[in-house]
Amino acid sequence: MLRYVLRRLVAAVPTMLVIITLAFALLHAAPGGPFDEGKEMIPEIKASIEKTYHLDEAVPLQYLRYLAQIARGDLGPSFQYRNTSVNELIAQGLPIDLTIGGLALLVALLVGLPLGVLAATQRGRWLDHLSMGISLLGISVPVLVIAPLLILVFAVTLQWLPAGDWGDGNPRNLVLPVLALSAPYIAYVARITRGSLVEVLQAPYIRTARAKGLPAHIILLRHAMKPTLLPLVSFLGPASIGVITGSIVIESVFGLPGIGRFFVNGAFNRDYTLVMGVTILYGGLIVLANLLADLCYAWLDPRVRLS
Amino acid sequence: MTPTRLPRPSLVVLISILVAALAVPWISPYDYYTPSWDELDLAPHLASGHLLGTDGLGRDLLVRLMWGCRISLLVALLASLTSLVIGVLWGVTAGYLGGRTDDLMMRAVDVLYSLPFIPFVIVLTVLFGRNILLLFIAIGAVSWLDIARIVRGQTLSLRHREFIEAARVGGMTSFSIITRHLIPNLIGIVLVYLTLTIPTVILIEALLSFLGLGAQAPLTSLGVMIADGAAQMQSRPLLLICPAVLLAVLVYCCNRIGDALRDASDRASG
Repeated sequence: MLRYVLRRLVAAVPTMLVIITLAFALLHAAPGGPFDEGKEMIPEIKASIEKTYHLDEAVPLQYLRYLAQIARGDLGPSFQYRNTSVNELIAQGLPIDLTIGGLALLVALLVGLPLGVLAATQRGRWLDHLSMGISLLGISVPVLVIAPLLILVFAVTLQWLPAGDWGDGNPRNLVLPVLALSAPYIAYVARITRGSLVEVLQAPYIRTARAKGLPAHIILLRHAMKPTLLPLVSFLGPASIGVITGSIVIESVFGLPGIGRFFVNGAFNRDYTLVMGVTILYGGLIVLANLLADLCYAWLDPRVRLS
Repeated sequence: MTPTRLPRPSLVVLISILVAALAVPWISPYDYYTPSWDELDLAPHLASGHLLGTDGLGRDLLVRLMWGCRISLLVALLASLTSLVIGVLWGVTAGYLGGRTDDLMMRAVDVLYSLPFIPFVIVLTVLFGRNILLLFIAIGAVSWLDIARIVRGQTLSLRHREFIEAARVGGMTSFSIITRHLIPNLIGIVLVYLTLTIPTVILIEALLSFLGLGAQAPLTSLGVMIADGAAQMQSRPLLLICPAVLLAVLVYCCNRIGDALRDASDRASG
């Protein structure tokens, strides 16, 4: 087990290297430097700034310097937020993203799973059609549509909840962002659960359990649930990518000071180090989520051998 | 792939939107960019011809919605075609050549799969100017992975069919076998996945435009209009609701049709 985890982590190194290299290459291939725009700068001052950030060196040298820096866990200073390092900005923003993203995935499971089970057990009846209809709607309505509409209904018209702002993590401020972010995932989870449970319920061992005279809920919980969860676990990887993307929108709609905000601002301001740092962080999170999904998979399905 | 299996309502709605979006410059007396200072913030009004009212600059909302659709659909189509070209070439080459080349090319796809690609598109659009043309190339360049995988799978099953072997025995080069025999046989499945790529790409375009990285004023797109509408939803909720609902309907219809086509082609092939 431990050896498998270690090997997967080692295998993640090339992936991360590709991410870092791509991000670095893109940012350096771009026309214009981070200190080109805005007010006219005295050449000496500009040269001195560029020297401070090592922008005057040859690109390969900058690349190696950056790699060495990352290996030490340091993402470098931010170009725009003076006297602040990218690590500090990420440390500020990440807790917000993790709270909202984690809660959204939790809500998606808590709502989507029962919805999918209900649809599968009522297969072909109106409850099935209703919940699957709702979930197809959920998949088609993107976060950037749901989020402003939720604000319009619950914050502007009904005035039940605040329209935005982090409010130091006050639960009332969290409701709308989490709801908006989780909506598509409720739909995905419900559809995956239904599809998987419908298949599992046709398996011979379920028929055996039924023939033994076990009550329906015991069959469902003890026998059918575990294999039903398998496809959901493999959905964890793509879901984490979606939550990251979604949170960029969510943060801009609700005015939350998370990493997505820093990322978009950094991209606008050509804050090389910030943008690269966040991209690398996103890549790392995705690699981690995929590893976690595979571990869960093996734990749930004894047929899978970690090798 | 019988057309009767297609979801009729979705098809009708999608075609109506398409026709309206294409015909809007000829059927409406208004354009999408000229401000009209004595018609600011009109409520929906039949007599004046502003069926959904006007926005804060006096521009007709319905006309702007249709122009937004035009841009969204145009970007979606071009981006999907870009991804299709890259995906098909990559997949067919990997699948046909096989062996180590195949391993290497598919390993590359695996690595790219775990890239945070929306952030990459954001970086791309910021760096290379907010040009709508570059935007779709950037989107297309990152969304070809699914198509490459599917095409490779299909190629693997086609590779040992008699007509391919006959072509090889007849002395055709790999290049002409790929272009003359393999690609024409892949078109069906590729078109199915094209219909599934389009809604995804519409959403990516909307997302970028929403963040201010896509279509630039006075040009508009659904994402831009949602962002603008969200900023003034308190006074003019219609400016938010209309583009938001239209985007959702568009994506929903595309998804329904794509799903139906895929099911039909699954049935046909298996």
